[in-house]
Parts: sequence; structure tokens; C-alpha cells
Amino acid sequence: MGQIRLSGIVKSYGKEVVVKNLDLAVRPGEFLTILGPSGCGKTTTLRMIAGLEEPDEGDIMLGERTVFSRSKGVVLPPEVRGLGLIFQSYALWPHMTVAKNITLALKEQRLSKVEIAERLEIALKQVQLTGYAERYPSELSGGQQQRVAVARLIALRPSYLLMDEPLSNLDAKLRTEMRASLKRLHRDLKATTVYVTHDQIEALTLSDRVIIMNKGRIMQEGTPYDIYHHPANLFVAEFIGDPGINLFSGTVANGALDCGDVTIPLPEALAARGGEMVAAIRPEKILVSDQPKDGWQEVKTEILQPTGADTILQVRAGETPITLLQPGFLTLDEGSSRWISFAPEALSFFDKKSQDNLREIA
Amino acid sequence: MTITLERHKKPPFWSARNLSYQAYRLKNRPEIIIGVLSLGFLGFVVLVPLFQIIREALTFQRYDLAYQRDGVIGSLTLLHLDRVFNQPISQALFYKPLMNSLKIGFAVTLIAVIVGSSLAWLMVRTNIYFKGTFGAMLVFPYMMPSWVGALAWLTLFKNDRIGGSGGMLTYITGVEVPDWVAYGFLPITFTLAMHYYAYAYLLISGALATVDSELEEAGATCGMGKWKRIRMITIPLLLPALGSAVVLTFIRILGTFGTPALLGLPVRFFTFSTQIYASINARNQGDAYVLALVLIFLAITFIWINSRIIGVRKSYVTMTGKGFRKRESDLGLWRWPLTLLIIVFLLITVLLPMVLLLWESMTLIPGNYSFSNLTTYFWAGKGNVALAYGEPGVIYNKGILDALGNSIKLGFAAALFNGALGLLVGYAVVRGRGARLARWLEGIAFAPYIFPSIALGAIYIGMFSTNIGPIPALYGTFSILVLITVIKNLPFTSRTGIAAMLQIHQSLEETARVQGIGWFRRMFRIIVPLSMSGLVAGMLLTFITAMRELSLIILLISPGNMVLTGVIFGYQEQDMAQHSAAVTLMLVVIIITISVIVRLMSRRVGVGRLSAV
Ligand SMILES: Nc1ncnc2c1ncn2[C@@H]1O[C@H](COP(=O)(O)OP(=O)(O)OP(=O)(O)O)[C@@H](O)[C@H]1O
Ligand SMILES: [Mg+2]
Repeated sequence: MGQIRLSGIVKSYGKEVVVKNLDLAVRPGEFLTILGPSGCGKTTTLRMIAGLEEPDEGDIMLGERTVFSRSKGVVLPPEVRGLGLIFQSYALWPHMTVAKNITLALKEQRLSKVEIAERLEIALKQVQLTGYAERYPSELSGGQQQRVAVARLIALRPSYLLMDEPLSNLDAKLRTEMRASLKRLHRDLKATTVYVTHDQIEALTLSDRVIIMNKGRIMQEGTPYDIYHHPANLFVAEFIGDPGINLFSGTVANGALDCGDVTIPLPEALAARGGEMVAAIRPEKILVSDQPKDGWQEVKTEILQPTGADTILQVRAGETPITLLQPGFLTLDEGSSRWISFAPEALSFFDKKSQDNLREIA
Repeated sequence: MTITLERHKKPPFWSARNLSYQAYRLKNRPEIIIGVLSLGFLGFVVLVPLFQIIREALTFQRYDLAYQRDGVIGSLTLLHLDRVFNQPISQALFYKPLMNSLKIGFAVTLIAVIVGSSLAWLMVRTNIYFKGTFGAMLVFPYMMPSWVGALAWLTLFKNDRIGGSGGMLTYITGVEVPDWVAYGFLPITFTLAMHYYAYAYLLISGALATVDSELEEAGATCGMGKWKRIRMITIPLLLPALGSAVVLTFIRILGTFGTPALLGLPVRFFTFSTQIYASINARNQGDAYVLALVLIFLAITFIWINSRIIGVRKSYVTMTGKGFRKRESDLGLWRWPLTLLIIVFLLITVLLPMVLLLWESMTLIPGNYSFSNLTTYFWAGKGNVALAYGEPGVIYNKGILDALGNSIKLGFAAALFNGALGLLVGYAVVRGRGARLARWLEGIAFAPYIFPSIALGAIYIGMFSTNIGPIPALYGTFSILVLITVIKNLPFTSRTGIAAMLQIHQSLEETARVQGIGWFRRMFRIIVPLSMSGLVAGMLLTFITAMRELSLIILLISPGNMVLTGVIFGYQEQDMAQHSAAVTLMLVVIIITISVIVRLMSRRVGVGRLSAV
């Protein structure tokens, strides 16, 4: 267990700069998730930590050890970094039994036979695959293969754990199950963990801390709560949340934000600032009434999407589309009227130009 | 949004810090180390010899003193070029052999490709009978030496021109066979075509089988008519395979030595390859090298023309002997007649030569093909001064048995080294994909393809006749046979290696790396087992090629490193037809036995499971 620290990491393939001056620190024992859209450089970052790719510049430290430093001229190979890595494809060796898959690395470490057998047994037990030791990977289901990949790491006991979308090949139900087992793996190994995904549910449910990445840069770092409730910029606000956040772009006028069809109340500091900005509010934070209320905005229901526990409502205020999320399985008539209101504490405001959240500025 | 990359100034390349960094990097990239080593080795064994013969062809050599007493050894001279291209002797030395080689090349290629593609079509696309048996039998010539047909031809049609006896035809009918039937262009073309159709067949049937599925989709979706589909889809898709069949066959024929030697030399009918052999024997290496260079030039020209016409940069396909069955058209009334035709064809090209050789090997008095003249002397005789200069029969003949040992050793050594080299080249090329090193390596591994066999042999005489630095003179040693066989087969084995490596997802190796498993263990526990099935096929091919090879090594064998094919050629030169027939049969039987064993074994190991996941 130790920290993982990246500083000033730059990586390019040919002319394309994929990771741009990345600084990142993972605290000992922490579960950190890197979340971002496809192609933003998550896998590349992870592979650089593992030593499978070389950064063009910057330093990487694992614990107190510098494993890469362009300026000091240090590159340690993956073999000696003491990491565990789970690939999206599990990367089980198809010609070896489950037991061989798990013990090959232990043999390399010259552990005693007794110790190896013991670790194998513990690992298989933890992933509930006792009795599967002599099977070949092709004789296992996707979920079982995934568990063998986990067992391999349990047996190896690395102090750093890297996972690259380990759940993306599984169906929805297995995914929930495996999420729990990955969390357990992290807890049991007490390993400093970096988890890469583009699935925000995984990020929000698993992590101590989340990093949102876009185009090779960090957009925001914070706890899942912070990320969800206090997006640092428009990118994060839009990227996190399903259904997506509502955005209203407008100009400050008469102490409120005039967005055409809707007018949004502004805190005083922002009203004084003036100019163009974007207001954002999560669908479930919009207050809804089926009776007209004073000062509430009337909207017309367009599309209903009940998901079971909740219902997503697509409505229109004049021409402006708005998404609402209401608890319960609603059955409304399409075209019926509703009245909505924006609670001031649920609103975020972003500068239109810089796209940054204006709360800190205010 | 631009970012300042200048934030850390990069240290200059030669600074100690940067050098240590580069050294660290190199240690992490085994594929680069392997790539550089392979590139160096291949550059040394492929390019250096080429430059060497160019140099020797253009400088004055000791043996040239016979023609020009005042020459300075080592000085630049056009003497060899002049002799080859521009003197009265050039007719015999260059122009006639060139025309003969080209004529034979075109004729054989034409016949082989027509026969091969007809057979391919019948086997892949129609409901002909006995596909399994035919499939196995049709590739049979591929396992035999190319000159088996020539030996059989001589048994049938030999005349007493070179002294000795006539062939079977003369014995039965009493008719003296004319020279043009017994020797020269006609029999050379015929017997070569009956061998090389197998190459065209393998290439084209492989392509036909893969074209099928694409055709089905495309045809079904656009509703094209049958003939339009064939014209618009099948032919263009087959063109690369056809093109490579043509080029491959043509280059092989340019470089083939055995058949033109057996059927041409007795009537002084020279082709390029036999002329190179003759020049080397006459100690005019300079002439031989010029001829070899012309041959290489011809081969390159052909590859170039082919790639220009077809527009595929590397229009070659790895040979496989897989059986394929796809949508078949009904032959209707023609089903039986065509099946019979194939049976007759197989009887003539596969069975008949074997029977003729067996008979020849059992005739006591040459030229007498009556049953009363049959003997087992040439197989099991202990040596009798009255017969065949006292040479004992095959199983008591030390010379033959030693050569047999050498041949088998050569086959295994070449297969082993080739497998290893193919794997390493595949590893370096696939892992280093996109980098310049990988492209160079892939290119140079392909280079031996352009050297016709006899030319490569000529190059190796030039290169390894003296020591080069720490490497001793290899001429006359067993190592040089292994080396040249490995190099000649490299284009195919490196293809196999690359294909095998491409199927191993890199995460399988990366997982091992991250888990702390070192390179050697990764190689032996993961890469080698996973690529084994592909490699075994490639190695078997090398083994077969090495066992039956003559053209490649004819210039390099000597009593010290004699192999079976050399022994056969020697007996034939001394007009000891029974011995050469017996040894040839033995060679064929051994090749077939070993390849059957290897195939059975690799099936037994159960490669099926490996391809899953
Ligand atoms: N070996 C490579 N050569 C060239 N470009 C590459 C290579 N690997 C990645 N890239 C490029 O770098 C960028 C980042 O890739 P990366 O794999 O890190 O994305 P990612 O965030 O993991 O995406 P995903 O969610 O789709 O896995 C992409 O634009 C990709 O095309
Ligand atoms: Mg990725």
C-alpha cells in the first residue's frame, strides 16, 4: 500500500497529444476512479502507470519509488512495479487451467509449494470458484472468467490495483454483482486502486474519489457527492447524471436570468455580475405541481418514460425542452399541463465563455 | 488549446542522462532488442551476400587470369558482363539459356495455373466425388521433389543417346525415342507442370474458399446475376491469389535445377539454372554471379509487374493445405466423367511416377523391363563388383545411409531454426507494429522470396567460401545447408509467425508482465504454446522442403555434407538409374511418413481448445 503519484505526464501518439500535462495523486489505500468519455485517454493513463506505455514527459511514483521519470532517466519495467491489472478482456491464458492461471506468477516469485497451494485455495474460495481449479477458461461463463481474473490478483496480493473497465463485457445483472466483488477485492487487499470506466454508475457507486477526464485533461476531482452536486464546469455537469442535467442559456436582466421561455432566479452576487451565463438543474431537483401555483411556470407534457421506480418526463416550456424526474410509476396524459419551479439552492450557474461554475466566484 | 511541451527541456541525445534513459527503455522493450538482432542477422545473411556477388561480378578475379593475363586482381572490370552479354560466347552462356528459361517458365506457369485453378474450382465449388481423398492426393506432388517426374520420364522415354540403355517404351515397342521427346523443352515443361500445378491449386483453392462467404453476402444483397457476380466479385477477389500463383510458380521455375539438369544436360539444353551450375563447375564464378543477378533481376521485375497489375503490394498468400467446403454447384451429368478425369490425372501424376521408379529400382540389367529381370539387388544387395560399379544396395550403402542421416538432420534443424526465427520475427513485427523497425524486419524477412533458389545458392558460395570476421568459411559444411534452407524458407515461416502472433491478444502477454513474469517465461509458458499450432504447420513445411531440396543446395554440397537429393543427382549423373530411383523412392516415403506422423501428433495434442476465448 502506498500512494500513486503522476506529475506533468504528457503522452502523444504521433502528432496527437492524448494525455496533456496530467497531475494526479491517489492516496494510500484509496479507490480512485477515472471517468470520462471514450477516447479521452483513460486507458493510456492506466497503461502508463502499469509501465506498458511510456510517457513522453513527467514523473510517476508508486509509494516512495520513482518508477518513471523522464528528467531523471528512470523507466522501471512493469515486471518490477508490483501491480495488479485487470483488463477489459480478463486476459486469462486460454491454454492453462484456472489453477495454472492463478499460480503462474506465484511460481515466478519462487514461493513455496505449500504457500502457493494455500493462496490458490483462498483465492478460489473468495471468488466462489472452489472446484473449478482444473477447468480451462473456455469452459467458464463470462462472469466466472472475470472472477478468475480477480482471483489471480487475490493470490498475487499486489499493493496497487489497476482496473480497466473490468465490467464492460458483462450483462447488467452480473455487473451489479461483480461491482460488489471488486469492492471487496479492494477492501481485502487494501491496495491503492485506480479504476477506469466510462460508466458513471460504477464510478459513483465504487469510488472514494472520482476524476473526470476529457480530451486528456482532468476536468474535476472530487468525491462522488461533490461531482454530482457541484460540477466544476459545464462538461462535468452534462457528463454526470442520467437523465442528463437541464441547461438554460441566457442573459442577466432585472436580477434574473432571462432564457427566453423560462426565467430563472439568480443569487444577488451573480445578478450583480451580469452578462451571459448558463443555469443548470438536475431533473429530480425541479419542483413539480399538477395545480397552477403563483410564480410557477406552466409546461406541457410531451413524452413519459416510466423506468419502474421513477418516471422521466419530457416537457416543454414554450419551445424549450425540459426533463423532469418524478418518483413513482406515473401514467399521465400526454399534452397535459404541469407547473414547475426552480429551488434556488438546487441551481448551478456557469460562465458561458469559460464554462466554469460561478459558485466559487460568487 | 496549445500546451507548452517545452516545459521540461529534453536533454540532448548523447547526454549521460538520456543515454541511461534510453538504455532503461530498451530493457523494457524486448521486441526492439529482438527486432534489432533479427534485422542485423537477416541483413547479414541476405543483403551482405547480395552485395558480395555484385562486387565479385564487377571485379577482376584470380580465375580471370586464364582469359586476360595482364589483369590486376581486385580491380574494377566489366569483363564478366562483357562475356555474358557481349561476346560470341554470350549466345551459349546467356541468350540461349535465357530464352529456354523464359519459354519453359511461361509454358509451365500457363499449364500449371490452368490445371491448378480448374482443379481448385472442381474441388471447392462443385459436388465432385471423393473430395477428401482427392484433396490429400492433389497436394502430394508438393511433398515430392520437383524432379521425380523427370526421373519417371527418363524411365519411360529414355533413348540410348548418352550411351547406356533405352527406356521402357523402347523396350516394349522397339521404337527409338527421338531426342525431342526424351530430352529438352517438351519433357521439361511437361514434368515441371505436373509438379507445379499443386502450388497454383493450393493458392487458388484457399482463395476460392474464402471468397465464397463474401460473395454470398454481396450477391444476395445486390441481386446480381450469377455471371455478373463471378465477373464483378469472384474474379477481382481471386486476382491476387492468381497473381501470386503465377509469380510464385514462375520464380520457382526460373530457379529450379533438378528437372532441367536431368532432362536438359544430356542434350546440352541449358536453362539459366543449369548454366549457372555449369559456370560454377567450370570455375567461372564471375559469369555465374552475373547470371544469378540477372535471375534476381527477372524475379524482382516479375513481382513488380504483378503488383502493378493487381495493385496489391504483397500479393502472396501463405500456403495451407486445409480442406474447404462451401456452396457447391451441381455438375449434373458431368459429375462422374470429371471425377474419372481427376482419377486418371492423379494416376498419371502421382501413382505412375512412383510405380515407374519402383520398377526402375528393381531392374537388374538397365533397359530390360521384363519380369524375369526383376531384382532386389539395388535395395538389399551387399555389393557386387559386376554390378553398378560395386555399389551396394540402399540398405547396406554407407554413403546413402549417411546422406539419409544428413537429410533428416537438415530437415529437423531447418524446421527448428525456422520455427524459432519465424516466431521471433513474428513477435518483433507484431509487438512493434507501426514502428519503422518492424516494417524493415517484415520487408527483409520477405526478401529471400525474390532470390531464385539456384541464385541464392550461388550467392552463398561467394559469401561463405572464406571466413568473414569470426565466422569461419562455411563452404562444404553442414551448417551452410541449414543456413540457406532456413533463409530460403523464411518468407513463409515469418508469415506463419506473424499470423500466429496476431492471434495472441497482447493483453495475454501484458497481464503476465504486470504480474512480474519475466520475458523468457512469458515466451515459453504463454507465447510459444499459444502459437504452436500455427508454428507446427510452418515447421512441417520447412521440413518437407528441406528434405526434398536440390536446386537450393546443389552448388553447396560436397562429400562432406552430402544429402539424399545430392546422392540421387550423383547417381543419375553416373547413369546409375536403379540406385537413383531407389533412393528417390526412399526419400518420398520418408517425407510422407514423417509428415503424416506430425499431423497426427499435432491433432492428438488437441489444439482446438487453445483457439477458444
Ligand atoms: N497505440 C496507439 N496508437 C495511436 N493512438 C492511440 C494508441 N492508443 C490510444 N490511442 C489514441 O489515444 C486516445 C486515447 O485512447 P485511450 O485508449 O486512452 O482512450 P480511453 O479513454 O481508454 O477510451 P475508451 O473508453 O474507449 O476505452 C484515443 O484517441 C486513441 O485513438
Ligand atoms: Mg479504454
